[in-house]
Amino acid sequence: MRLLARIFPHPILTGLLTLVWLLLVNRYSINSLLFGLFLGTVIPFITRPYWPNRPRLHHPIKIVVYIAIVIWDIILANFTVAKIVLFKSNAARKPAWITVPLALKSPEAITALAGTITLTPGTVSADLSAGGHYLLVHCLDAPDPDAVRDEIKTRYERRLMEIFE
Amino acid sequence: MSAIFEYIIAAAVVLGGVFGLVGSFGLIKLNDAMSRLHAPTKATTLGVGGVLIASMIHAIVSEGQISWHELLITLFLFLTAPITANFIAKAHIHRHETPESLPPAGEDRIWATHDIRPEEQPAPLPPHN
Repeated sequence: MRLLARIFPHPILTGLLTLVWLLLVNRYSINSLLFGLFLGTVIPFITRPYWPNRPRLHHPIKIVVYIAIVIWDIILANFTVAKIVLFKSNAARKPAWITVPLALKSPEAITALAGTITLTPGTVSADLSAGGHYLLVHCLDAPDPDAVRDEIKTRYERRLMEIFE
Repeated sequence: MSAIFEYIIAAAVVLGGVFGLVGSFGLIKLNDAMSRLHAPTKATTLGVGGVLIASMIHAIVSEGQISWHELLITLFLFLTAPITANFIAKAHIHRHETPESLPPAGEDRIWATHDIRPEEQPAPLPPHN
């Protein structure tokens, strides 16, 4: 078991890399599957020093729900940002920095939250506080910065908490 | 290929083109560096997405096989866009913001980009827009 864990430090990453390789080849064959498995074994093995701990994921269904919500929000984000870019004058726009206190602790979860914030309506995550307790977010147009912060916390962070911790 | 699919493909390509154009226009129109970062990270996502959806429908309808490359492009785009944006934002904070010009960081006092040794501090530049 220990040996197996040494050879496959990240089973999910192995599976994901194999899948990505099969999609890259664009056609299923046993050759590509074997080569994908080979890459999926070698790459996590070589890069193991950079992935010291294995993130534990719970609730696969919630992951799917989360991805669906984020994709839907990305589509809406495009329309929101396009509307601001095209129809709102620079003088009427209120850009703002907001601070999001983080309840998440694991680096993977914070990375996922920061990525989500950047991809969704009018917000870009810019920086993390020195101790990792706050996220600095820039809003393209935020008449009410507190509402933006609350939405990030209830819509995304709460779900990521359930998935990662 | 039936006409209805041609209309769908054309609509997706045009939609993608419009969003790509809006993203590029945003780069010119918005008047401060951090806001300019928003336009290409968002509007361009759907711009590329529209073209990719058109490409997938075309592969299914006219070549009779599913093409997975578009899904991978979407995946790689979603992985890389936030990281690029984050690095540009950090470069901006490093060069043009001071701990005083940003909101306070609670008990951590400063933001990670400013958490460097004094000799690494860049020469102060005038705040620009």
